[in-house]
Amino acid sequence: MAKMTMVQALNLALRQRMEADDSVIVLGEDVGRDGGVFRVTDGLIDQFGENRSVDTPLAESAIVGMGIGMAVFGLRPVCEMQFSGFSYQAFHQIESHAARLRRRSRGRFTVPMVVRAPYGGGVRALEHHSESREAFYAHIPGLKMVIPSGPRNARALLVSAIEDPDPVIFFEPKAVYRAFREEVPEAEERLPLSRSQLVREGRHVTLVAYGAMVRPTLEAADQLQAHSGIEAEVIDLLTISPIDDELFTASVKKTGHAVVVHEAPKSFGPGAEIIARMMEKSFYYLEAPIIRVTGYDTMFPLFAREQWYLPNARRIARAVQETLKH
Amino acid sequence: MSVSNDQMIEMLRTMTRIRQFETRVQEFFAAGKIPGFVHLYIGEEAVATGACGTLGATDYITSTHRGHGHLIAKGGDLKLMMAEIFGRRTGYCKGKGGSMHIAAVELGILGANGIVGGGGPIANGAALAAKYRGTDQVVVCFFGDGASNQGTTQEALNLASAWKLPVVFVNENNGYGISCPTCKSMAVADIADRAAAYDIPGVVVDGNDVLAVYEAVAEAVKRARAGAGPSLIECKTYRWRGHFEGDACVYRDDQELADWVKKDPLQRFENKLLADGLLDAAKVESIRQEVARELDAAVAFAEQSPLPEAAEVLEDVYA
Repeated sequence: MAKMTMVQALNLALRQRMEADDSVIVLGEDVGRDGGVFRVTDGLIDQFGENRSVDTPLAESAIVGMGIGMAVFGLRPVCEMQFSGFSYQAFHQIESHAARLRRRSRGRFTVPMVVRAPYGGGVRALEHHSESREAFYAHIPGLKMVIPSGPRNARALLVSAIEDPDPVIFFEPKAVYRAFREEVPEAEERLPLSRSQLVREGRHVTLVAYGAMVRPTLEAADQLQAHSGIEAEVIDLLTISPIDDELFTASVKKTGHAVVVHEAPKSFGPGAEIIARMMEKSFYYLEAPIIRVTGYDTMFPLFAREQWYLPNARRIARAVQETLKH
Repeated sequence: MSVSNDQMIEMLRTMTRIRQFETRVQEFFAAGKIPGFVHLYIGEEAVATGACGTLGATDYITSTHRGHGHLIAKGGDLKLMMAEIFGRRTGYCKGKGGSMHIAAVELGILGANGIVGGGGPIANGAALAAKYRGTDQVVVCFFGDGASNQGTTQEALNLASAWKLPVVFVNENNGYGISCPTCKSMAVADIADRAAAYDIPGVVVDGNDVLAVYEAVAEAVKRARAGAGPSLIECKTYRWRGHFEGDACVYRDDQELADWVKKDPLQRFENKLLADGLLDAAKVESIRQEVARELDAAVAFAEQSPLPEAAEVLEDVYA
């Protein structure tokens, strides 16, 4: 097995899917000759040609709209939005068409399309270049909203997303893109969409996170164990929508305490849905109010205050200690 | 349109300010003092200078992600701009806009814009407001070749034409939308050809010739002020740097860049003014020195200014 960054692992997923299935086509701004601004599609144009690694005009709406048409008529497009903040230009195509075609046609049309987009903090830019608006897409029935947290699960989830018969919005945490390497097997792996993962067992508190927030959450769990003997259970959501609530509600039944972490703004974020599910399914087991550790209800700030804005292990550990006071 | 000698010397000063400003930003980015993304305007100075040279203080511009030049040409204070790019609270936007979102409403600068194609509809709105209030203000909407393929830009052109709004759409065609050459992203050779679809004037000018830009935009501004509606001016130019600082530019060859560097708009204008006897080499040098001192002061101001307090991140979201 080779040790890979998330960028390399995503590239491997695309390469192998394109080798296995000639209906898989990558399209977007600068994905061809340039290999993508983050290099996720690097080299695909050399191996598969410019008809399968397609540089499009700068027009997000046209990219996704075209992806819908391609998908309906037998291809498997993987559209890249250069930054998730640019995807709002394509929102109409995603919301009004991609998500609705299956139901609107009573199942006769399907849209097996993936829209990939780097999201979140980590490049010291601001606003559109760093924000986390997964809730926009998670809110739309008919879409799947997936966010990997590391190289290996990113590869496995992207393979599954490409093979999925429905449209998948696939957010890639750019803070993780090159942050660490993991063993990624050469043979294709798949992870089911709509299943979360238990990444750390514990009995005192349940921590739910996803994407770039999994690492600081695990770090907080380690610190709590080392300094206070608190055993935190950590669940990596992996798929935001449709949400897998079985694992975290079962965990809350065991621990009685929960903290939910995301870098998206607090209000109406995925944390609200997660906590609502906990209330619905594990209310009688809760021993304390559930706490959210999130970004703030403002625009993603410029570099000087990026780290202040983003949740970190310290903030997460503090929230755990607060909830455990009850 | 006649341009006075004084105006021409001012244009040279503006181009020099843009060039030196961007060169400093380039150096600070390389030194790690400005993180994130910066998109430099080096090589395109004639467009902003010529276009903004036609405008009055109360006229408006909308800018782009590559906006430093537009702001300087519209009268932006170098200290406040540099402080903004350094993310300091003394900057135009209290360090909350940075390079990509500088705005200076008091100067009619409605903002740089991190979204390509974001400016067109906003320019129309400002123009509609001017028309509604009965002022004779005009809006210059800068946009690139990439933006010309966004729906928002085409929607804005159509609406401005249908309603005869006082907007001048100034296209900066630098040949590439990041890595994508215009020959791959559009079938027309000239973006100005698209004006025909909206029944408005479409003019191609040499974007490295500041006086050619000035003349074309001045004509369009006159037309817009008179209530005759928008125009589309395409300025052919080239960006010397990558799309952003750090861009490896794998998509273009060195010879192409070298050929365009030979067409340096700043050097060209300097040579013209020298040849015309409007100034001598000593005067050119003194302009350079004055601008360099101005920039020293701007950098010192930026570096000595405080960063925003963390709590300020939460301010200005609502009134």
